[in-house]
Amino acid sequence: MKKKNFFAQYKQFTFFLILAVVIVLIAVFAPVVSGGVDPLKGSLDEALLAPSKAHIFGTDKMGRDIFARVIYGARASLTATFGVVALIFFIGTTLGVIAGYFGGIVDSVIMRIADMMLSFPGLVLALAVAGIMGASMKNAIVAVVVVNWTKYARLGRSLVLKIRHCDYVEAAIVTGSKTPYMILRYMLPNALPTLIITAATDIGGMMLELAAMSFLGFGAKPPAPEWGYMLNEGRACIQSAPWMMIFPGLAIFIVVVVFNMLGDSLRDILDPKDE
Amino acid sequence: MFLQPGVMPLHDKVTCIFCKKKGVNDLNKKQILMRLLQIIVVLFGISFITFGLTYMSPGDPVRNMYSANGIMPTEEMVEQTREEMGLNDPFFVQYGRWLGNCLQGDFGKSYSLNKPVTELLAERLWPTLKLTLMAILLMLVLSIPLGMASALKKNTWIDYLVRGITFIGCAMPNFWVGLLLMMAFCVYFQIFPVISSAGDFKSLFLPALTLAIAMTSKYTRQVRTAVLDELSQDYVIGAQARGVKWSRIVWCNVFPNSLLPLITMFGLSIGSLLGGTAVVEVIFSYPGLGNLAVSAITSSDYNLIQGYVLWLALIYMVINLIVDASYVYIDPRMRLKE
Repeated sequence: MKKKNFFAQYKQFTFFLILAVVIVLIAVFAPVVSGGVDPLKGSLDEALLAPSKAHIFGTDKMGRDIFARVIYGARASLTATFGVVALIFFIGTTLGVIAGYFGGIVDSVIMRIADMMLSFPGLVLALAVAGIMGASMKNAIVAVVVVNWTKYARLGRSLVLKIRHCDYVEAAIVTGSKTPYMILRYMLPNALPTLIITAATDIGGMMLELAAMSFLGFGAKPPAPEWGYMLNEGRACIQSAPWMMIFPGLAIFIVVVVFNMLGDSLRDILDPKDE
Repeated sequence: MFLQPGVMPLHDKVTCIFCKKKGVNDLNKKQILMRLLQIIVVLFGISFITFGLTYMSPGDPVRNMYSANGIMPTEEMVEQTREEMGLNDPFFVQYGRWLGNCLQGDFGKSYSLNKPVTELLAERLWPTLKLTLMAILLMLVLSIPLGMASALKKNTWIDYLVRGITFIGCAMPNFWVGLLLMMAFCVYFQIFPVISSAGDFKSLFLPALTLAIAMTSKYTRQVRTAVLDELSQDYVIGAQARGVKWSRIVWCNVFPNSLLPLITMFGLSIGSLLGGTAVVEVIFSYPGLGNLAVSAITSSDYNLIQGYVLWLALIYMVINLIVDASYVYIDPRMRLKE
């Protein structure tokens, strides 16, 4: 009964959850949605066609259908984004909780590294990492992760520190609870809700960062459809074929809006005191 | 002045604190010294990371250098150049040598452009700073009035409009905004040049606006939150109850008090501005540091990349130091500490 009411109670959350699921489904069933058009194949006689019935988003300079490429592009963008968020969440939380729980040298070392990352413009470091390691989607993901895990580490640490010296925690230690048990049963459950909210609100931002990397040519490799890179291609044809940059940009925009709203409404549900 | 001591807003205290000038300066100096030390440590760490990454990178700088100059090197040439450049030495020897040179302002030579890195960076620094400053100016001019209006007219159509626009602004990738602006103003209306390499106001405006749009959206929301926070303080009700004019409360009490969190965020936002310049400079072919860095990365010009990263780190940290030092002048509480 409680479950039935949940979605009715939080209409905004439900609405954006449905939209998010639809976006994921579009990515998963890309071949069906794009009507079986191959995003990699095009014929040069069809190059740079304006949007029409046959190609509703037009075609690019290789004659490839932009609608199909945008739909398939959702796969690359979504998997990379979810991968990044999962990784920064996992790495940041683990390090943060460990730093907070053990304190001392462990804490100092982890936090000084985090400080170093923070006292630095993120995209610059990401560019350097991706640039030095070479352009590929995997390296772009690594670069974005390297820059962004610190937020979770700091948050996780502060949440753990809040309860670290509470009486019930001390009591549990005194009565012989082992360290892994302490971390998993006492520390993590306390820190997780806030961290999950942060991760949810981060999805949009990470997607933008990854798209920026691809746009600069340090992400996805050319033939594969990816929104950031498609915008890069569209830039060259801005005068003759503006549709080449309008639709991939629109796709990024819509997906980011949906995930931002989803994150915001999730925060409203889990953490009502925060406006 | 017109309030009881218990509810006195911050800025009214400013005059009384100035009397303790000597103690102030001592503390200020000590803090700044600590921060300078911290900057050195961070720079050291960053230099280690960038050098380590370059060392481990798959590309071979010698081959890159030759191919950048259009030469197909033989195996012996490669080996000889490696020996000459000291690339066969152990990692720490190379790092030490490189660091020593960096400290003397010598970041080595750019393979792809065949010029000293320091010279290249110096010549691109000013255009990027100009772009950043312009973007900051636009951001402040737009976001403070919008944020104030939105907070003061909370839950009216103005508030909803501002919140709606800023929400959209946050979700738009800045390179897309840049391309859309370019399409509108350079291709259709032809007001601005497509390639912004001239360095005059006209070529600066669109790149700066692109940078400013994303920043403004975030900042406007922060201004709104900060002002709303301040409006909910007791002294506002107190002042109102005493019949102080609303405009006076807003401009003499609420606004100065809400500046503080904004300045913190301002310092932090400079980081994303500096990073963002890379993207925007590429779009508008603007001859700044970011554009240089991107071309350096594409041609695996490691010396140039390292130089760029270290320079930007330095700029960013110095700006943040200045921002933090300015607290002491803006927030009297900082002077009272210790």
